[in-house]
Amino acid sequence: MIRFTDVYKRYPNRHEALSGLSFHINQGEMAFLTGHSGAGKSTLLKLIALIERSSHGQVLVNNQNLTRLPKRKIPHYRRQIGIVFQDHNLLHDRTVFDNVALPLIIAGENHREIGRRVRASLDKVGLLGKERNLPIALSGGEQQRVGIARAVVNRPPILLADEPTGNLDPDLSRDIMSLFEQFNQVGTTVFIATHDLDLINTLPYRQIILDAGRLSEQG
Amino acid sequence: MNFPKFNLTNYLLRHIQVMLFSLGQLWRQPLSSMMTIIVIGIALALPAGLYVLLDNVKQVSDQWDDATQISLFLQKDVAQEHAIKLTSQLEQWPQISNIHYQSSSQSLEEFRQLSGLGTLLDSLPSNPLPAIIIIQPNENDLRPDAIGSLLAKLEALPEVEQAQLDMEWLLRLRSINKTVQRGISILGLLLSLSVLLIIGNTIRLAILSRQSEIRVIKLVGGTNAFVRRPFLYTGFWYGTLGGIMAWLTLTFSLSLINSPVNELAKLYSSQFTLHWLSALLLIVLPITGLVLGVLGAWISVGRHLNAIEPN
Ligand SMILES: Nc1ncnc2c1ncn2[C@@H]1O[C@H](COP(=O)(O)OP(=O)(O)OP(=O)(O)O)[C@@H](O)[C@H]1O
Ligand SMILES: [Mg+2]
Repeated sequence: MIRFTDVYKRYPNRHEALSGLSFHINQGEMAFLTGHSGAGKSTLLKLIALIERSSHGQVLVNNQNLTRLPKRKIPHYRRQIGIVFQDHNLLHDRTVFDNVALPLIIAGENHREIGRRVRASLDKVGLLGKERNLPIALSGGEQQRVGIARAVVNRPPILLADEPTGNLDPDLSRDIMSLFEQFNQVGTTVFIATHDLDLINTLPYRQIILDAGRLSEQG
Repeated sequence: MNFPKFNLTNYLLRHIQVMLFSLGQLWRQPLSSMMTIIVIGIALALPAGLYVLLDNVKQVSDQWDDATQISLFLQKDVAQEHAIKLTSQLEQWPQISNIHYQSSSQSLEEFRQLSGLGTLLDSLPSNPLPAIIIIQPNENDLRPDAIGSLLAKLEALPEVEQAQLDMEWLLRLRSINKTVQRGISILGLLLSLSVLLIIGNTIRLAILSRQSEIRVIKLVGGTNAFVRRPFLYTGFWYGTLGGIMAWLTLTFSLSLINSPVNELAKLYSSQFTLHWLSALLLIVLPITGLVLGVLGAWISVGRHLNAIEPN
């Protein structure tokens, strides 16, 4: 589903964030991406989301060669990927409902279908009662769940998350993680970058460990 | 992953939603929106107002249209047959659209009727009035230089004693009118350009203030067209509302000068009334505003949107 072949990423300041990276994540797999701060985890996820492009090497996602994908095809490509950010990236002047509806509105879904799917998605993350609230009125954990609801609302085959439990207490983190597991159980490929080794070591999923932009070890 | 089918109702509904959303955004900042709309309104009202005035001046001068004629006073010794022949020769000239000959006795008859002197004129030993050829110049040859050369040519004819142009001031007025018209066109062009810049700048600020939102939309798969749309509608509203504002400004200003103008016309016992071109401008001004608004927004969005990418 996600295949990196000898991928290098050098930023314009000549810093090499990824060096000769090769790995493969299968369809329907759930995997973690770990490593010290600055190891290149966010960079790797950005390559998958086409927020950045690789300097060298090949990235294949869902049978599409990202190296060759023209710019105008990026929006449609991104609709196949749900992304969860540590800082949520919510629109603060829109309600929870409107935030979650955004990917569906962009895709041109009809009104009734949007209402149905947004509510199903909010129900899944336990926020059905808060759809009329503005994000400001929610706790950090709740905002994170709004972000997750938005990422999965159009049922993408791939779900990426960058430090989704970064600021949350252990109980909340476990809740969030089990949400990702549920999405994985219905067939979504899930790939999560995280520092939270205590939590992920209790879980039976593969860990891809980065060290200064190189693959350190695969569990 | 299922791609929803294209659906026209959905599509239109979506556009109407974005349209209303953009209007709502203007409404949320009433003061700055109003100021922008007023500036656009004035910029559009100015050339439109000048155009209305010019149109009215033209209206006045057109009332005198038939008055532009050349009278050729013939030499006393020119025989009538010769004069008639000359008339039909002149009729062939391209600069002349209409011509007729009036013999000296016809002139006398006309004078008799106009003056009311009646039989008193019969006591004259001979007819003191000359024969006249009255010429209506071609409309295209009403420019001062053209009419001047025509006049000179006619005066040079041996049969002609004097060629006299009536209503010279009218021709001058017409030519001034044309100059002013060109001036107004240039002014209109410049002010349209400034409307374009005003709207472009307003949109630029709107884009900057919503950078993070644009990033998020692009991250979840929003196309450039999707991101562009609300800004185009913002331009649409500014332009259209600015056009309506221009119309209101103009109508108000004209209502202020309407009664003094009517009074003036009455003094000259003229049939003249101020033409407001209201209905025409009520269509033209908002449409001009709309076009400039969307165009300005389009240019601005094109320049600034591509630079905003998720990071
Ligand atoms: N836009 C950028 N321009 C230049 N260098 C960058 C850029 N983004 C990241 N880097 C550098 O690339 C390296 C990897 O950064 P990255 O954000 O991928 O690390 P990370 O593993 O996500 O770290 P963290 O755990 O702190 O989030 C770092 O040394 C960082 O300074
Ligand atoms: Mg990071």
